[in-house]
Amino acid sequence: MKTIQEPVLKLKNLSISYSPNEYAVRDVSADITRNTITAIMGPSGCGKSTLLRAINNMHALHEGIKMTGDIILNGRNILQMNPIDVRTQAGMVFQRPNPFPTMSIYDNVIAGYLLKGIKLKRAERDRIVEENLRNVGLWDEVSDVLHKKGTFLSGGQQQRLCIARTLALKPNLLLMDEPTSALDPIATLRIEELLVQLKEQVTIIIVTHNMSQASRISDYSMFMYLGELVEYEETSIMFTNPKDKRTEDYLIGKVG
Amino acid sequence: MKDRIFKITLFLAALLILIIGGGMIYSLTTGAMPAFKEYGFFSFIFSSEWNYTAGSERYGALAFIVGTLLTSFLALAICIVFSIPVSIFTGEYFKGTKVASVLETMIDLLAGIPSIVYGLWGFYMLRPVIMNLGLSKQGFGVLTASIVLAIMIIPYAASLSSQFIKMTPVDLKEGAYSLGATRKEMVTKIVFPTVLPGVISSFILALGRALGETMAVTMLIGNTNTIPLSLGDTGNTMASIIANQFGEASDNRLAVLIAIALLLFIITLITNSIGRMLIRNMKPR
Amino acid sequence: MKLDVSFNKRRLIKDKLFLWFVIVFSVIIALPLVIIIGTVLIKGIKQINLDFFIQTTPTTLEAMMANSIGERVPGGIANGIVGMFLTVIMASLVAIPVGIFCGVYISENRNKRFAGIIRFLSDLLQGTPSIVIGIIAYLWIVIPMGTFSAIAGAVALAIMMLPLIIRSTEETLNLLPVSLKEAALSLGTSYSAMIFKVWLPSAFPGIFTGILLAISRVMGETAPLMLTILGSSYIQWDITKPNTSVSLLIWEFYNDPNLQSMIWSASLFLLAAVLILNITAKTIAKKRSPIF
Repeated sequence: MKTIQEPVLKLKNLSISYSPNEYAVRDVSADITRNTITAIMGPSGCGKSTLLRAINNMHALHEGIKMTGDIILNGRNILQMNPIDVRTQAGMVFQRPNPFPTMSIYDNVIAGYLLKGIKLKRAERDRIVEENLRNVGLWDEVSDVLHKKGTFLSGGQQQRLCIARTLALKPNLLLMDEPTSALDPIATLRIEELLVQLKEQVTIIIVTHNMSQASRISDYSMFMYLGELVEYEETSIMFTNPKDKRTEDYLIGKVG
Repeated sequence: MKDRIFKITLFLAALLILIIGGGMIYSLTTGAMPAFKEYGFFSFIFSSEWNYTAGSERYGALAFIVGTLLTSFLALAICIVFSIPVSIFTGEYFKGTKVASVLETMIDLLAGIPSIVYGLWGFYMLRPVIMNLGLSKQGFGVLTASIVLAIMIIPYAASLSSQFIKMTPVDLKEGAYSLGATRKEMVTKIVFPTVLPGVISSFILALGRALGETMAVTMLIGNTNTIPLSLGDTGNTMASIIANQFGEASDNRLAVLIAIALLLFIITLITNSIGRMLIRNMKPR
Repeated sequence: MKLDVSFNKRRLIKDKLFLWFVIVFSVIIALPLVIIIGTVLIKGIKQINLDFFIQTTPTTLEAMMANSIGERVPGGIANGIVGMFLTVIMASLVAIPVGIFCGVYISENRNKRFAGIIRFLSDLLQGTPSIVIGIIAYLWIVIPMGTFSAIAGAVALAIMMLPLIIRSTEETLNLLPVSLKEAALSLGTSYSAMIFKVWLPSAFPGIFTGILLAISRVMGETAPLMLTILGSSYIQWDITKPNTSVSLLIWEFYNDPNLQSMIWSASLFLLAAVLILNITAKTIAKKRSPIF
């Protein structure tokens, strides 16, 4: 049963530029529904990654990137929050799996706590590690090698480890930047199944250049083109009956 | 045909290095033999006597080995304290900026200053400070020498460490930030553990440099042939005793000095080998 | 989730403190450079005039007399300049060709074990204390010749220059695109001609930088010269006789109470020469960096 709640994320007239008058994202407005998977699609250079990275304010790390508009996460405008708070509520998984090579698998899962110097009791730590590894379907595969470094894991396993690491902080929003594009088809499918399960716990926004992936797993889709949000609709509707010609061209492969 | 000769010439040039290296070991060993024969290998190393009254000459290298190790390790400790922040400055916080570039140039210049100029500066500028602080009566000693030595080796450690820090993959840094880490947390808990082997090897190489340093140390260590027991104590290092006594060395003492040179050579050889081998595992250099 | 506000505040304070720690310590490091160069500059500039460059060092007696009547000590460091010139040039004549050839060998035979060994040995040679190299030159040249000489000094300096030149040659060559070689060879050029006419010339900036750095490094050396050229109060062009160098002169001035005033001017000369070479080398390296 889904209760109608406040959207977990509201984008209002968001524009992002790398240099004056060069807009990577233009005037995007959208509300993201809780416990859904929203796919952001579009050809290269359409601004989808830029948009995603704005939501957990990764752009704060680079001077020269200007953002105007509002990004409201759980009722608060992230642009007025300290980035380190934002990033605890909105976690991110990257295109190439990036487990920390100097940490064991165990430590990687709780890295979000270790980095901040949060001291947890042993029982608490064990619980978090097991719970999150089970959550991503890794527990059975790694429970006996938890204290080894994670670099021997396969690409798909590493990526699931990264998802577990992000989930361990209990964010409401999971931002995924082409998380399966570096993985083989089997690993990709496993992660897609995982995401469909995870949306009960967390809202997911996934940038993907793979249309079939979007149609397989997303509830809503955004189509972006040259920085504009061209169309935002339930996936099943957008894919069968796109309203904008640009969307249609993209979907049939004419563009991008 | 011309090519064959050419390739042989290239090979000979490389062979020359082998010959020089091997020749050095050979000459040092044969030159040192008389001293080892006379005083025994181990008793020479572990004896701190240094008596050159003719007829009852007794020599031992211990005082200088201690002097060398003490000054070098103390210099290394000071070096570590300063080169880590500098390498983080140029390798992470201000990476790629003009400020970092200027700082890197300044540090490079520090590396270019001749040893004797460092010695002069230490003698005229640092010594009075040490004397005023009451750390040593004449201002000479282990501490003074170590401070100048530290300044001399910081450029090596800092620039090498900085290079390793710059090589940290962006992925790891972004991963840390995306979990909500502050910059300091990211640097201390992710970057540093990752570059640690490289940083350690840069310190080992800096140590190697310090061990062999001659002029600045000679001018600041006080030149007494005793084992220094505290920071304010004077002493001598292996390099400085050779520099000091070489001019007036009779055959007997010459062999002793060569023996000390051999010991110094071996110590720096081992240190540098360890440092280089650690790097080899890290960079495709 | 235990992130209460005060905990986060502490994290942010630590973040700021760390940044300041990094900045402060980095600035402190810059200070010695400024102080040392400043000291040498200020104290040394007073003694510099034309005589400084063309006259030889004064004897202790001359200096003592001048000091006692409060006059400037006469003389200069011409003998040191000539000696330095001779030893460095001779060392370069040997070290540059040998170093370049060796660097070419290592770069061309990268996969062979022998080349790896030589590179490692070269690195170890680079780390050898200069005084030990001085002893080697003493044993190899001074004793057989029966006298101290500029030749012995040159040998010591050459051994010190070799690793630096080998390294910069090898590293520069490693960065050159293989297509360059292939283009030359496909035109029917012989291997040696390809190396001399295409490969090495393309690497020239990097190699040149390495040479300048090697020269600036050995110009400032004192210890190995103490054991090989001994010293000389006169300008000595005979390379088989003892000689002197600016760095060695500074050491003599340091040890002679009457010649103290010459210390700083000689140091200024040495420092300027070394640093100018250093800066020139680095500037060339940076300018050509697209290739690297």
